[in-house]
Amino acid sequence: MIIALRRIGAFSLSSLAATGRACILLLQMIVNLPAVVRRYELVIKQLYRAGVLTLPVIIVAALFVGMVLALQGYNTLVDFGAESSLGLLLALSLSRELGPVLAGLLFAGRAGAAMTAEIGLMKATEQLAGMEMMAVDPVWRVLLPRFLAGVISVPLLAILFTAVGIIGGYLLGVNILGVDQGVFWATMQQGVDFQQDVMNGLLKSLVFGVLISLIAVFMGYDTSPTPAGVSKATTLTVVLSSLGVLAMDFSLTSMMF
Amino acid sequence: MTEAENLVVLTDIHLKRAGKPVLDSLSLSIPHNSVTAVIGPSGVGKTTLLELISGRLKPDRGYLLVDGLSVPDLGRRELFELRKKMGMLFQSGALLNDLDVYENIAFPLREHTRLPEPVLRQMILMKLELVGLRGARRLMPAELSGGMTRRVALARAIVIDPVMVMYDEPFTGLDPISKAIIVKLIRQLNSTLGMTSIVVTHDVHEAMQIADFVYMLGHGKVLARGTPEEIKNSQRDDVRQFLQGQADGPVPFHYHADEYLTDLMRTDSEKGGAV
Amino acid sequence: MQRQFVEIIVGLFVMVGLLALLFLSFNVSNINSATVSNPYQVSARFDNIGNLKVRAPVTMAGVRIGRVNEIRLDSASYQAQVVMDISGKYKKLPVDTSASINTQGLLGEQFVSLEPGGQQKYLKNGDRIRLTQSAVVLENLIGQLLFNNSQGANE
Repeated sequence: MIIALRRIGAFSLSSLAATGRACILLLQMIVNLPAVVRRYELVIKQLYRAGVLTLPVIIVAALFVGMVLALQGYNTLVDFGAESSLGLLLALSLSRELGPVLAGLLFAGRAGAAMTAEIGLMKATEQLAGMEMMAVDPVWRVLLPRFLAGVISVPLLAILFTAVGIIGGYLLGVNILGVDQGVFWATMQQGVDFQQDVMNGLLKSLVFGVLISLIAVFMGYDTSPTPAGVSKATTLTVVLSSLGVLAMDFSLTSMMF
Repeated sequence: MTEAENLVVLTDIHLKRAGKPVLDSLSLSIPHNSVTAVIGPSGVGKTTLLELISGRLKPDRGYLLVDGLSVPDLGRRELFELRKKMGMLFQSGALLNDLDVYENIAFPLREHTRLPEPVLRQMILMKLELVGLRGARRLMPAELSGGMTRRVALARAIVIDPVMVMYDEPFTGLDPISKAIIVKLIRQLNSTLGMTSIVVTHDVHEAMQIADFVYMLGHGKVLARGTPEEIKNSQRDDVRQFLQGQADGPVPFHYHADEYLTDLMRTDSEKGGAV
Repeated sequence: MQRQFVEIIVGLFVMVGLLALLFLSFNVSNINSATVSNPYQVSARFDNIGNLKVRAPVTMAGVRIGRVNEIRLDSASYQAQVVMDISGKYKKLPVDTSASINTQGLLGEQFVSLEPGGQQKYLKNGDRIRLTQSAVVLENLIGQLLFNNSQGANE
């Protein structure tokens, strides 16, 4: 019993300390922002690896999610004779919730984990120490470009997810389920507010981007430099950033809508 | 020896890690333009010594001067300036995996200077020629053998023409030919480029071959110092055990444990973790 | 060569993302009607605004000409004070224009409908519309119907 209590205490203390280190890292990166502007090609390279390479996953997932939503929504709405609202249902649920959240989760699994593993491996093989010895600060040379790429990618991916999801829903709803094309778009345009729905969704995804990228970069940088440490850090990145996205989504939703 | 002759001076350095003393009142100095070997068994704080000199660790107590600057008191910017005068060869090479050999060597130059590409190329090819790997410049680190990796890392360490190069276990895990190449290179760099070298190693034979001065560490202190000849003739038991590679001696073969018989007779089972 | 390829692909990625945003803003949401260009403000007091919300449309003859900017309770008259942004394109609203709160369809969103008067003077920024008709509250309507029915039965 006492041991269990002590473990809980030790666990909370160590997670608090890690949170503190992560915040310090965030500050360090913000301080280094001007330096990376001159070396924007570093960010471009990471944008390619984090953003572009996640694109196929996002598009395929969004198509399926859009089609499933259309199918489920249609089956429910048709009972109330409200299948004309299918477009609205799709657009609202995708732009407010599913786009940002699912894009965030997929990004965490696809790119966040890869970031952690890569940075962790660089630490384990003394590449980061080597850089420090060459008087190059790994925080801005290695971490910051990856962090920035994540922060830029997630909103773009979320918007894409929403758009592709709507198109997927449109394909199924209009072409197969037989909802009228004009009605589909009209209800959507009437019910979706640009500021309230699209922009808030975008804001959400930006917050997710910061959260996931910070976790991914920090976990890699803070890992113990062993194979076991790197694999643990990679797992933790996916778990923590997924939970973080969902928890953050709840609090943001309750504030926004 | 006076301060002016020494590039690195450590005085009465104390350092604890996880509650255990690693360095305990260590004092040593490294003269300009010399090859100084620091030898001793694994885990005796040799690598820690390099981390102190390069400012990646701070001592709990003591003075540490490099080129007249007190390293533990330097700010980040000053420390980075100082590090531009230092090269370090890591045991693993620490090459950047996603860059090829040429780009790895170019890395410090690209980060710190804005040299035009042709000048850069000449500098890099010069260093590559020096380590004999000019033909391997487009290989990726994963395609290199252990000895080649270390030679590339060496070329990278000296590409900014540092005053001092630190070698962390440069001979470990190499075949005899590669070892001989590294020995030759360290000597050559020292004599032709006038670099000060600190070689941390447990390979006694190679250390004796290249060093002007040798420090032997043990228990966080300097056990013996002097020229290779003086060390070889040392009468201390612990020095002789290390030099001659005896399994048992002042450094015990057995890790600290309970008395064998009582340990055997105990009936409580050992519970270990399963894989 | 390699680097240029990466740069082009990344540029494409960003472009596609921005295109998606454009798609969302013009095809999916009502961005063009959400902003009122060059607006002037007109207020009106209602006894009951029902479910009217901020940003709800303001229409005349069914055409959207502005939106509700602010709703608050006027503590002197205990009426709801509704401030509307009217598009600068429609400067010539007579001062005796009347406002009513209507519902889109049976259960839809509520909106403010303006009915033009006949005077030659026009509403200016900050003016108040005096003639108003409150929202029709469905529950009250049903209540009235039942009440009238029961009265009829009693007679």
